Formats: sequence, C-alpha cells, structure tokens
Amino acid sequence: MSGLADRLEGKRVCIVAGSGGVGKTTASAALALGMAAAGKRVAVVTIDPARRLADSLGLEELGNEPRQVDPALLEGHGIEMRGELWAMMLDPKATFDDLIVDLSPDASTREEVLGNRIYAQLSSAIAGSQEFSAVAKLYDISRSERFDVVVLDTPPSRNALDFLRAPDRLTDFFEGRALKLFLVPTGIAAKVMGRGTSVVFAILKRLTGVDLLDDVAGLFGALGGLIDGFRERAAAVKALLADPTTTFFIVTSPEREPVAEAIFFHGKLREARMPFGGLIVNRTVVLDAALGDPVAVRATLRDKLGDALAGKVAQSVADLQLLAARDVESIERLKVALDEPEPIVVPRLDGDVQDVDGLLALYRHLSGSSPGTA
Amino acid sequence: MAAALGLVAARAGKRTIVAEVARRGDVASAFDRGGAEPFSETELAPGLFHISIDPQDALEEYLRDQLPSGPVAEVLIRSRVFTMVAAATPGMRELLTVGKLWELAQLDRRTPGADAYDLVVVDAPATGHGVAVLSAPRTFAAAAGSGPVARQGTIIDAMLSDPKRTAVVAVAKAEELAVTETGQLREALLASMGLPLERVVANALEPDRFSPQEAKLLESHAGHPAVAGALSGHARARHQRAQLARLRRLTDGRTPARLPLHPGGPDLERLADELASQL
Repeated sequence: MSGLADRLEGKRVCIVAGSGGVGKTTASAALALGMAAAGKRVAVVTIDPARRLADSLGLEELGNEPRQVDPALLEGHGIEMRGELWAMMLDPKATFDDLIVDLSPDASTREEVLGNRIYAQLSSAIAGSQEFSAVAKLYDISRSERFDVVVLDTPPSRNALDFLRAPDRLTDFFEGRALKLFLVPTGIAAKVMGRGTSVVFAILKRLTGVDLLDDVAGLFGALGGLIDGFRERAAAVKALLADPTTTFFIVTSPEREPVAEAIFFHGKLREARMPFGGLIVNRTVVLDAALGDPVAVRATLRDKLGDALAGKVAQSVADLQLLAARDVESIERLKVALDEPEPIVVPRLDGDVQDVDGLLALYRHLSGSSPGTA
Repeated sequence: MAAALGLVAARAGKRTIVAEVARRGDVASAFDRGGAEPFSETELAPGLFHISIDPQDALEEYLRDQLPSGPVAEVLIRSRVFTMVAAATPGMRELLTVGKLWELAQLDRRTPGADAYDLVVVDAPATGHGVAVLSAPRTFAAAAGSGPVARQGTIIDAMLSDPKRTAVVAVAKAEELAVTETGQLREALLASMGLPLERVVANALEPDRFSPQEAKLLESHAGHPAVAGALSGHARARHQRAQLARLRRLTDGRTPARLPLHPGGPDLERLADELASQL
C-alpha cells in the first residue's frame, strides 16, 4: 500500500524538504530519475547541487530554465528511459527579477523597480527570497504543462517554515499597511491613518536618513503597480502547495538535529493542511544480523587477521552497533511523531551519491525496485 | 559547535556569550536547557551565556535606546505601521540581528546594567544567508547614504570586516556538498567583506582505522560480515580523506581542525576538549 509508486500516484508536484546535508538533492534527483524512467516527463528543480552530480547529469551550465538530461548519459546503466528527465538549477535573483518582469503592468514600472537602488542592492539578500523564488519557479513550471511531474528540492533553509510561509509573507507584504502608506501622499495618509503616522514618518526619517526613505518609498511606490499580480500569484502558489496533486516528502538523516527538524516541519505541514507524502530516513546504519558481538568477532578473527587487526575490526563493529542503535531509536521516534508506520529507510552508502549509478542505487532503495520496471 | 566553541572560551576564563540568530534554542538544548528565555542573556555554565536574537526584539530594544522619550518608543513599537515598514524593508531583519550582535560585543554596553563580554560566538545561519547577515550593515550603509542608519551601519561593518576583531569559523562535514559550500563561503566572505576564513573545522569524521596493508588483508576475508562492515567503514574513510583534501585545497591549503564522529551522540564537554586541543 505504501510503496513509492502508490505514494506518487496522480501527483504532479513533489516537494522534497528537510535539513541541509541529509541528501535532499540526491533524493530529489533519484525520485525524478525513477519517475522519468517509468515514462513520465519529469523536471527536477534544485539549488546548487553537488558539482559532480550536476556534471554527471550534464548540467555544468547554470541556467534558470529546465534543460533535458541527455538520454545518452542514462543509457548503459541498465535502465530503459521511457520518459524524459529535465533538470534546472534555480537562480533565485534571476527568478525574482523574472517575476517582477512578468507581473509589471508596463515597461516603466518594470524599469523603475529593477533600476531602483534599494531593489538592486537588496533583492538578492532578502531573507526567504530563495524560498519564495523556489515556489514561484515551481508554479511557473507546473503551470506550463510541459511536464507531468515537477520535483522540487527545497532550499537549504534552517527554518523550513520560510518555505511554507513564502506566499503568505508576500501577500502580507503587499496587503500590509506599510505598502499602502507609501502609495498615498503623506498628507492624506496622515489624515487617514491618524496622527501616529506623521510621528512614524518623522522618526523613520531621523533614523534612516532621507536618502534611504526616498529610495524605499520609490521602490514601494513602483511595487504598488504590481500588487494585484503579486496577490493573485501568491494565492495561486498557496493553492498549488495545498493541492491534492501536490505531495511533500520529508528527508532526514537519523541524527538528532535533522530528526528534530523533520518532526517540526511535519507539524507545520499538518497545521497548514498541506499534503504529506512520506518520510525518507536517509543514511541509516542498518546492522547485518550476522555481525555478532565485538568480543566474539575478535575471537573468531584473531587467527586469520592477528589480534591487533581483529581488535580494530571488533572496534568498528562496536561503533556500528552504537550507530545502528541510535538509528533504530530515531526511526521509532519519527514513526510516532509523524504518525507514519512505514517510513522509507535508505541505508548509508560508502560515499556521496555523485553519478547516475549512485542515483539508480538510491532509487532502488527508495522504491524497493529498479527504475523502469513497474 | 558554536556552543562547544563558547565552552572552550569560557573555560579559558573569557566571559563569553553564544548568540543564536534563528530562534531555535539549539544551544540551550545542547546544555539541556530547553525553552530558555528568548532574547535575554542567560548563564548556561560559569562564564558562558546564551541569547537568541529575534529581529523584532532587537528593533524594540534599538528604539527604546535611540529615542529620547520612552513613551514615543512605546507608541512606535505598538504602531503596526512602523513594524510593518521595518519588517517589509528588505534586509532590515538582517541589519537588526547584526546590530544586536554588535551591541553584545561592545565593551561599553548600551543595554542598561549589562556587563561586557570578552567574546561573542555567533551560531550563524547556513552559508549563503550567513554572508548576507554579515554584510547587511555594509549594504545598508551604502544604500542609505547618510543619516544614523548609514553611520551605524558603517561602524558595525568596521567591526565585522576587521580580521582583528571578527573571525569566521566554518564547520563542515567531509562530504561533497558541505565541502563545496565551505569553498563558496570562503569566496563570498572575501568578496563581500574582505574577510578570510579564520579556521575550518571538519566535523563528525569517521575513524580512519586501517592501513592499506591491513585493508588488503581484510579484503581477503570480505566474506565475514564483520570484516565486510569494517571494509565499508574503510571505504567511507577513504572517501572522507579525499573530501578533506578537497576542503584543504578550497581553503588556502590550510589543514582543518578534525573532530571525530561520536557514535553514542555528541557530548558538549568532550567536543570542547577536542576543539581546544586543536585551536
């Protein structure tokens, strides 16, 4: 029932979330590769993947549009590619600029925003702009109908909430009184909003300097022309995130902090009524039942390896047991906290996943079957 | 790691504060003090303090400090208009956060009755955003041109971009992505702040137990499950060694501090011991 294929059935958007460093990017790429092999047209959107992984998929150029992974690169790895795999690396600044261009009602508004000193200096530093850009791009691509499925590797945010909140934050911003304040002349604003407002302006001026205020006012004034577009877009994006054809996968390693983050994120997902598709516990130490206890291992291997080396092997067995015990405990905790009886457990591999074979191996662990074999 | 670094400094007799900037309480929970009061300086261990910096709290504190009259500050703080403007101004959250860090680092503290710290350890956000936070004062000073914000931004930036006063420590696992990001952090710091990476710490390293000869002998007994497990560990250690070499290459050829993985879970005191022996 809870096989990967069932979890992905009918889904058009698959969002992969989790802490940094737990293998989100490779899990996203493996999921996308598996679905593409099964016959879907799949786009995977990622930010800054591991260099060699990108190289192995032929993505050395950073473009802000999906590019098809050359099927030739995937041949000869024992899979039949029935669909298409596309991939792109997100450029948050370019995506945000594109959005401005897209939503500007006319050329002069567009130029005014893009040319504004504050916008130019700060748009790339906006907190959460990566998150917002990611959902904006996700929306664009999913709307284009060029793909059956879009897989989004979420930005490495310490606060995954920024991602879920991105559309709301934008709506708040545009519906907020702050912006409206800049859209009406000060005199009228003061009348409408009361005397507090003129005090606010006076103090803002004192604190920030006139220059800054003018620039901020200029930017906000120009953005005013984009309000309706932004509001609609934010609402559409929000609807997309909560849509039944969207699913969120949470990836974690069994380490303490990513587990805590996964539990936290799942709670927020539930609060926001967004669809949770499954939990992937990556890099799990799975103990070989035949391993035996360290003392016995040392005794058994002493004759073959000598006592010193047998002792080292025994020590590595002891380490493995500690790690495996930690991982069992983490998985139990996750099962309870996420109310997810069957998480997808992926064993720890001996190195980073950085080539097509590695992705295929990862996909086999995710799905319990080989790509392209339904 | 920030907590361990703070502990090292506190043990050396420095009055130290560990500041978190993402309101998560990681540091407090590392000391088993979950739910520590946010935005107050709490003593976790002798000479070691903790604070969680929230931009909204920092803004309120700044206004109370900057404005001559208490009531005016209160009006502003309660004015939704004002907080919306502040929150909506791009980069303002970063600026407020970093402003509070600056305040903590002053010998003559603005916070009434507060004592000076010898060292402020910042548990910074992940690579990309971390640099944005550090460079916020510079960006703002350039954008504002004149006025108090520009002036203060310049002062704060002078501290942050001075290698004598500010040191950036990068912590990375010996993994492809983490090593790549550390290289990018080094570049971004140099480009936007003119700051070098003071030190790189490679964390959670797996033991590199077996010599090539030993590995060879093990391979001839790979059928034994324990030996197979040991060989798999050896493969990871070898991969890790390659990543450590890459890390060194990407960070001016300097050898990173190396901290081992603790299979039983991290222990702060022990982490601090290991860190102290290598700094």
